[in-house]
Amino acid sequence: MSALAVLLPRQPAAVGSEWGAARMPSALRSRKTIAALAILGAVWTAAAWAAAPVDRPSVLALAVKWAPLIFGGFLFNLLVSVAAMALGTAAGVLLGLAQISLLRPVQAASWAVTQFFRNAPWLVLLFFAMFLLPFEWRIGGVTVPFPAWLKAMLGLALPVLANVSEIVRGGVLSIPLGQWESAESLAFSRRQILWRIILPQAVKRMIPPWMNLYAILTMATTLISVVGIQDAMTLTRGALVAEARTDLYLPLYFMLLLMFFAYCYPIARYTQVLERRFAVRG
Amino acid sequence: MNPGHVLGAPIVVLNRVEKRFGDNPVLRDVSFSVARGECVCVIGPSGSGKSTLLRAINALVPISAGSIAVDGIEVNDPKLDKLALRRRVGIVFQQYNLFPHKTALDNVMMAPIHVLKENPAEVEARARALIAKVRLTGKEAAYPGELSGGQQQRVAIARALAMNPKVMLFDEVTAALDPETKKEVLVTVRELAAEGMTCLLVTHEMGFAREVADHVYFTEDGVIVEHGPPAEFFGSPKQARTRAFLDQVL
Ligand SMILES: Nc1ncnc2c1ncn2[C@@H]1O[C@H](COP(=O)(O)OP(=O)(O)O)[C@@H](O)[C@H]1O
Ligand SMILES: [Mg+2]
Repeated sequence: MSALAVLLPRQPAAVGSEWGAARMPSALRSRKTIAALAILGAVWTAAAWAAAPVDRPSVLALAVKWAPLIFGGFLFNLLVSVAAMALGTAAGVLLGLAQISLLRPVQAASWAVTQFFRNAPWLVLLFFAMFLLPFEWRIGGVTVPFPAWLKAMLGLALPVLANVSEIVRGGVLSIPLGQWESAESLAFSRRQILWRIILPQAVKRMIPPWMNLYAILTMATTLISVVGIQDAMTLTRGALVAEARTDLYLPLYFMLLLMFFAYCYPIARYTQVLERRFAVRG
Repeated sequence: MNPGHVLGAPIVVLNRVEKRFGDNPVLRDVSFSVARGECVCVIGPSGSGKSTLLRAINALVPISAGSIAVDGIEVNDPKLDKLALRRRVGIVFQQYNLFPHKTALDNVMMAPIHVLKENPAEVEARARALIAKVRLTGKEAAYPGELSGGQQQRVAIARALAMNPKVMLFDEVTAALDPETKKEVLVTVRELAAEGMTCLLVTHEMGFAREVADHVYFTEDGVIVEHGPPAEFFGSPKQARTRAFLDQVL
């Protein structure tokens, strides 16, 4: 679980971060990344092949056999990521706006909730949601089941909500005070200033860190395998148990990595493009 | 001086205004008034409280003691009708503060439409006339980022004028501009003053103050050190501190 440290970078609350800033020309860098991955994959596959005994199906054949199932699981991970992101974003925007409220109690409460969930390990939040939420709801006389995957999605939405809350707060605070002051001098109300002047400018700055968060969340969806949900990770492990072949471990996990990479890498690239575009506009 | 320029009754009246930021006294016992149609210039070293003074008049910062009245409205009243005050007072800042996501025309039109709820067609006609008045015809569709500092500042003036204010406050509106573009902005301000708009401007342009002001105030450390008509003020300053400041800037 040391991967969690990577999953949770301490982003600057504000935006337009430099930590992703390109030192190398982007095309060169992206080609290098992909080339490195291709070589790594080729070496692994070749090594596995060389090690495979002749009387058994080849590693490649087995990988092809299990690929559709694992890909199905991967699509489920994506579904969870989209749902958790949508929910976390909706709640996080409200929480972020509450953080800039002029009402002290509202501000303090939303700040506390944000900090609590932002500084909790995602896996712990996931367990928290799995065991705290009931497995069914009783609404009136009807019993509505509350499936585990839904609970897991809620569990992942918690850190998303807290991070979105900070992105919103940081985005709003990144707009110069002069904008507030001149709008105030033109007799705009606070609500008008926020919706007509501050947020339209701030949203542009919020999008790159928000996309970054989404890529992180997508990778973190594999955590749900730990709480017993049949995601791509669980299915991969299942396939390995079924085949009982140690030479299959690396190729199958590598295939899974490639699926996530193919999905997350373009998002990360596009995030950088947006960040750079924003940086140029100042 | 503006000969042939008849001054009316006081429209801005400050009486023993005090302002502290924590322990830091920024305005101390400041009293003065601006008559309708008058152009008053405030000069003084930076940090002397000039910006705070203008912001206080527009209720952007609350004062600690004393009173400010604008056109009969008590600015320091806890039940202040901010809309009533702010439609009477326009303010232009050193850093322009245009809304960067709106075109020049939209910057001018926004407040009358959304705050005063005026008819958009009428507002647009007025906004176009104001943009012409500040000599920016043709730049209506430009975004602030596409305009020079001087052009942005003139849009900011048009934006403030669109509320039909009775008093205009200018806070070092040319301080961020190069000498060429400074002139364009000063021409616009001079025209406004000549038309009889009540103007209170903080400036470092001594030549401009001398030429346009009806009255000049010199402030230092939050107090008014000396004031008078420009000919007198610049010609024979009485206070040693005023002389020292003028020697430095002229
Ligand atoms: N919001 C604020 N909080 C605390 N101190 C302030 C604030 N605004 C201005 N000051 C202080 O008040 C003094 C006068 O500032 P200002 O009115 O901007 O002067 P000027 O415009 O003459 O340069 C300065 O010492 C400044 O540091
Ligand atoms: Mg100032």
